[in-house]
Amino acid sequence: MTQKNRLQDGGRIDRSKALTFTYNGKKYTGFEGDTLASALLANGVDIIGRSFKYSRPRGIVAAGAEEPNAIMQVGATEATQIPNVRATQQSLYGGLVAGSTNGWPSVDNDMMGLVGKVGGKMMPPGFYYKTFMYPKSMWETYESFIRKAAGLGRAPKENDPDIYDKMNQHCDVIIVGAGPAGLAAALTAARAGARVIIADEQNEFGGSLLSSTELLDGKPAAEWVADVVKELSTYDDVLMLPNSQVNGYHDHNFLTIQQHCTDQFADRAPNGQVAQRYHRVRAKWVVLATGAHERPLVYGNNDVPGCMVANAVSTYINRYGVVPGKNLVLMTSNNNAYRTALDWHDAGRNVVAIVDSRKNPQGTFVDAARERGISIMVGSGVIEAHGSKRVTGVSIAPLNDAGDAVVGPIIKMAADTVASSGGWSPVIHLSCHTGSRPVWNDDILGFVPGTTYQKQLTAGAINGSFTTEQALAEGVSAAADALTHLGMTKKDVVLPKAETIEEGKAMALFHIPHTKPTSKAPKQFVDYQNDVTASGIELACREGFESIEHVKRYTAMGFGTDQGKLGNINGMAIAAKMLNQTIPQTGTTIFRPNYTPVTFGAIAGRDCGALFDPERYTAMHAWHVERGAKFEDVGQWKRPWYYPQGNETMQQALDRECLATRKSVGILDASTLGKIDIQGKDAREFLGRVYTNAWAKLPVGKCRYGLMCGEDGMVFDDGVTSCLAENHFLMTTTSGGAARVLSWLEIYHQTEWPELEVFFTSVTDHWSTMTISGPNSRKLLEKLTDYDVSKENMAFMDWKPMTVAGVPARVFRISFTGELSFEINVQANYGMHVWKALFEHGEEFNLTPYGTETMHILRAEKGFIIAGQDTDGSVHPFDLGMSWAVSMQKPFSFIGKRGMQREDCVRENRKQLVGLKTIDPKAVLPEGAQGVLDPKAPIPMPMVGHVTSSYWSANLNRSVAMGFVKGGLDKMGERVFYPLADGRVIEAEICSPVFLDPKGERQNV
Amino acid sequence: MQHYSGFGLLKHSFSHHENWQRVWRNPTPKKKYDVIIVGGGGHGLATAYYLAKEFGVTNVAVIEKGFLGGGNTARNTTIVRSNYLWDEAAHLYEHAMKLWEGLSQDLNYNVMFSQRGCLNLGHTLQDMRDIERRVNANRLNGIDGEVLDAKQVQEIVPVLDCSDRARYPVMGASWQPRAGVARHDAVAWGFARGADAHGVDLIQQTEVEDLIIEDGTVVGVRTARYGEIRADRVGCVVAGNSSVMAKMAGFELPLESHPLQALVSEPIKPILDTVVMSNHVHGYASQSDKGDLVIGAGIDGYNGYGQRGSYTTIEHTIQAIVEMFPVFSRVRMNRQWGGIVDTCPDACPIISETPVKNLFFNCGWGTGGFKATPGSGHVFAASLAKGEMHPLAKPFSMFRFHNGALVDEHGAAGVAH
Amino acid sequence: MFHIYCPHCCEYREEEEFHAAGQSHIARPLDPDACTDKEWGEFMYFRANPRGIHHELWVHAAGCRKYFNVTRDTQTYEINEVYKVGEQPTVVANAIQSK
Repeated sequence: MTQKNRLQDGGRIDRSKALTFTYNGKKYTGFEGDTLASALLANGVDIIGRSFKYSRPRGIVAAGAEEPNAIMQVGATEATQIPNVRATQQSLYGGLVAGSTNGWPSVDNDMMGLVGKVGGKMMPPGFYYKTFMYPKSMWETYESFIRKAAGLGRAPKENDPDIYDKMNQHCDVIIVGAGPAGLAAALTAARAGARVIIADEQNEFGGSLLSSTELLDGKPAAEWVADVVKELSTYDDVLMLPNSQVNGYHDHNFLTIQQHCTDQFADRAPNGQVAQRYHRVRAKWVVLATGAHERPLVYGNNDVPGCMVANAVSTYINRYGVVPGKNLVLMTSNNNAYRTALDWHDAGRNVVAIVDSRKNPQGTFVDAARERGISIMVGSGVIEAHGSKRVTGVSIAPLNDAGDAVVGPIIKMAADTVASSGGWSPVIHLSCHTGSRPVWNDDILGFVPGTTYQKQLTAGAINGSFTTEQALAEGVSAAADALTHLGMTKKDVVLPKAETIEEGKAMALFHIPHTKPTSKAPKQFVDYQNDVTASGIELACREGFESIEHVKRYTAMGFGTDQGKLGNINGMAIAAKMLNQTIPQTGTTIFRPNYTPVTFGAIAGRDCGALFDPERYTAMHAWHVERGAKFEDVGQWKRPWYYPQGNETMQQALDRECLATRKSVGILDASTLGKIDIQGKDAREFLGRVYTNAWAKLPVGKCRYGLMCGEDGMVFDDGVTSCLAENHFLMTTTSGGAARVLSWLEIYHQTEWPELEVFFTSVTDHWSTMTISGPNSRKLLEKLTDYDVSKENMAFMDWKPMTVAGVPARVFRISFTGELSFEINVQANYGMHVWKALFEHGEEFNLTPYGTETMHILRAEKGFIIAGQDTDGSVHPFDLGMSWAVSMQKPFSFIGKRGMQREDCVRENRKQLVGLKTIDPKAVLPEGAQGVLDPKAPIPMPMVGHVTSSYWSANLNRSVAMGFVKGGLDKMGERVFYPLADGRVIEAEICSPVFLDPKGERQNV
Repeated sequence: MQHYSGFGLLKHSFSHHENWQRVWRNPTPKKKYDVIIVGGGGHGLATAYYLAKEFGVTNVAVIEKGFLGGGNTARNTTIVRSNYLWDEAAHLYEHAMKLWEGLSQDLNYNVMFSQRGCLNLGHTLQDMRDIERRVNANRLNGIDGEVLDAKQVQEIVPVLDCSDRARYPVMGASWQPRAGVARHDAVAWGFARGADAHGVDLIQQTEVEDLIIEDGTVVGVRTARYGEIRADRVGCVVAGNSSVMAKMAGFELPLESHPLQALVSEPIKPILDTVVMSNHVHGYASQSDKGDLVIGAGIDGYNGYGQRGSYTTIEHTIQAIVEMFPVFSRVRMNRQWGGIVDTCPDACPIISETPVKNLFFNCGWGTGGFKATPGSGHVFAASLAKGEMHPLAKPFSMFRFHNGALVDEHGAAGVAH
Repeated sequence: MFHIYCPHCCEYREEEEFHAAGQSHIARPLDPDACTDKEWGEFMYFRANPRGIHHELWVHAAGCRKYFNVTRDTQTYEINEVYKVGEQPTVVANAIQSK
């Protein structure tokens, strides 16, 4: 197909570089420098989508971020699909594959359009709230149809092959927008030596100057742009980011920029390159030079392809060399838009008429139009466009002074394009992100940024300063202000001379009246993407939705992917008129990030998969892997769970590990246990305050188990702490709780008891810890040390420094299995050496490595709790039957003491941790099973507590379990029933949680 | 009240929808009411509706400083479920669930309650123990629920990555089929319309500047717009402003107000049929009828009334979502926003008498308020009508923070929702 | 995204390095055993939670690990001052209001 709308010359495209692309299965050609939208228009493609609710054919309306219609599915392969790409912001590249997101069988002939025409009348705003209720059972069916009809593009079915980067940036000034104001600001800041970032969403800098015929110093504006860009590129401290949208402005001048690195130019990033880079910027000062968006006017059938925003038409002509039609009608309420008629005329096409709502337009552009002999119809409006798949003509009628009524006969004219302009809306979005409320300015008929707590300056059209001359001057002065705040000295910046333009006064006009009332007139669209019409807004107001937020939410205005950039002000104006209010009284809506949609992958960056959260390994990890261990995630740690051999099932492996340990000796990698080194003359006092038991008399060389509670008296961690020297202790914590315990100690030390001299250091990673456990553990240890580890020299709960396998070690005679156990701690870098040495000597004892699951079983046989499994933040030591670990007599009221004495904590019938012996010894209670006293009680059944730990014990040849039972400590021997989901009821007897060796003889040998 | 139906839509289409009645009046307040409800969000409006409809108290005003349903009702991620752990919370949320199930018909307003089911994923052995515990408790409490393994989860949500590639592979999930989502704004509007039809005065754009307290008893409120308005009983349902209101009454609450952020993608074709939540990976997602992926995670750690939070929270949330759903990587985030949630130390609400006589508070719902809307309104209405707390509300007295009878639902609220 | 000055490191660092740790100046009762349940509950749970000027504890978790105080407006998120534990704020709510 030929590019029938392409001009022979002009524009910023490279006609020598033709690019082939595919749209809806057909091949087309465009040029380098095109957007997908300009290339489609060049090829005369009118319909690029179907509307959401009524399935009306839609065409390209705008040329930038504000485009509501041209929403494309882009991607040449399944894995590279991107939904909802705005064609106006997508650079054209060779091989681009795009398609429209709605329409069946095609956008040109959409069957749903019939439904829209017939059913549309029954679909005013909020219609779904009023129907689909009866019969109740049908809602799901209705809903499935609604869901199928909704949505735009689709997600890929395959994983994303691209990679995305993040970069943290710091600068003195960030300038958002590289139009005249932004470039002038950047130049000023750069010359003063400031660190500058200037970012712009477009593929080249220049902003409005790229699509304008304006002259600066008598030369095309683009030449000035090129000079500035060239100068900026010479400064080391200036970072220029084209193709980069500043999407969010967060508190304390933190901004995010989505930079398109390769995804604007290729279906997927070339190997090794990133698709997008996300910049996280902390700026000392922010200059918003974000420009303005032109507002279309709202009139009948204003969505027929060929109806466009005036400035967009100019942009396509001047920047892309595309005239999107032959016969133009321009409707305007201001002088500025006359430029579009001039551009159209100068491109050699026919301007049918300029329809100006004002009675007596005057000014530079009006004169220029008259000079060209263009017909100007004053005091009039286009009340309706004709055509369905392309504009074929318009109805024009005279309007009254207020612009809210048709006051004369309709004139029909043939045309294929209607450009309209209701003035310009400053792009204030970013200024709203930090909570600043915009302020209505009557002079410019738009909202401008309000007061802010950020270090934010604004320049150019965002302030309603719409001429190039104003923009340049404000750019310089904003940068100068920033420099003053930064204590930097401004250097001279000579601005180019812009053309002097005599602007006439614009008319406040948003909604063109029709001869029929709005409710009966042809549809007048306000928000194209969500099919929100003027009559819809009026209906919402009539029904009592009077707040602009209600109007928005009821009609869905502004909820599209364009977030109401084109339509919101028009919608507010229509609501204001309906409610007899001014626009500022009606209020505005607050824009939230993002300015334009951002790829999830770009925000996630590389922080997924293995990098989602760091994996922590012990020094012996490689050995575990080699041994075929299955791993369990405990906090960030990868801990060996069990070590299956051959074709063993998990249970078989566990049985073997459990039996071997109790029979001879097993070994556990316990390095993940949290370890905190505590030193200082008040260390002992401090321990007494944070643990529930007494520490005053623990001698050097001894270890003690302690419970740690919150101020509420509830247990949150436990562990063994050893006295290394008089003022030196080593605390151990649960593997997952280490960080929390350390900050717990720190906050109490720093904020409550700073007078105590005590220091905490996390030493978890400094030490490798291996626990050998079982009757032969001493014999094994003796093979590796000359130290006397006999019962006499090293009693239970002693620790001794010694040399093990030739390296210095701390060995603790503590036990979590109930067996004779030694916990060998060596410097982490010796860990693997000692571990292997143990195995070298362990063969004769059948030294068996065991994982966390066997550890759990062995400790459960002994009734030892695991904080976090047998506690849940709602149980105090007495609930756990651990009153032996609480010393109420300590002089200092330790943390938790007062809390555990509150009324509810000392009441009868609290849930208490007990042993549970199943009546059928082979039955293993599921962990999490809920107990009841009467299994035949009706639902809801009164529950008495849940099973916290439950295992098959190979050593006891029966199941063992622990769990909570209301008042359980006084109910020994009584029965509890566990009704399971599969219908079984397991019966258990309440017993002591110590199933094995109740006297503790095995560990005391 | 004008009855809504498909037939009505057809009928009104012939008159170009010009004759629809107002959904609610815009009344000038009376001098005195039996009950004033401060706060016209979902919970306040539900309270007013049930007061008038179920408990015959129609001389009621709802006073709202902004627009109806404009607080967290307008800002949440619309998830409805009742699979809470502790009996007290489970019964309260299940009470709400039962009301949700007939709400559109009761209100004659389609709140689009969609029982698409909810998966709470488990990624560690302890997650799975907690899931077993909660689902067993739910089952014995009469709340639907099942424990699923990873394979069953994969069948329900094909786009969820249940492979070992993940940093924390999915081990299983709890599944509540009756859970789902609802159209949040419609809930407020439906209750408002129903309350108005029963004679409740809905007073918008009217800020309560002070509570009028005489001899330790509340007797009304003082507003900027209408001066004093008297009432026998006052119920405060002002999420995001509860502590400020309590201060007017001279007491503190055990609350901290935090930003809670959420976000939506651009609308895409149906791809996610149920609600998927993960405490451990820390994110959750569902897909709205409009096609947006509705996504959220936890609260920001600091107090904030700014209706916005920190970018890192959004960043971590998206990381979690892409980690769980790698095929969403090329989908794009459209918009983010923040609400203000009043969090209680035990992640359960306060529905309570206060130190001031005849003054009642319903607050502290943290991240779990929306799903409770009808239940919260119903039990609060019953309490205001009788001047005595409803049995389901009793465990949620603010005085539990004195005697220690907390209902710790942190497990259920690990991820905001 | 706050930019927070750590009074111990003496520089501005990103919020990601810090954790908020609740309201400042909540002193643990010197004699907990003498407190009523109500008093103990109020110490543990009841907070000012103001809309506006708030004194809060932060910890430089991924930095010096020191706790310090921040006076911050919970509405605008402006940080008015930071000060060390044991010091008193110079910016307080009433002073702001009288400005």
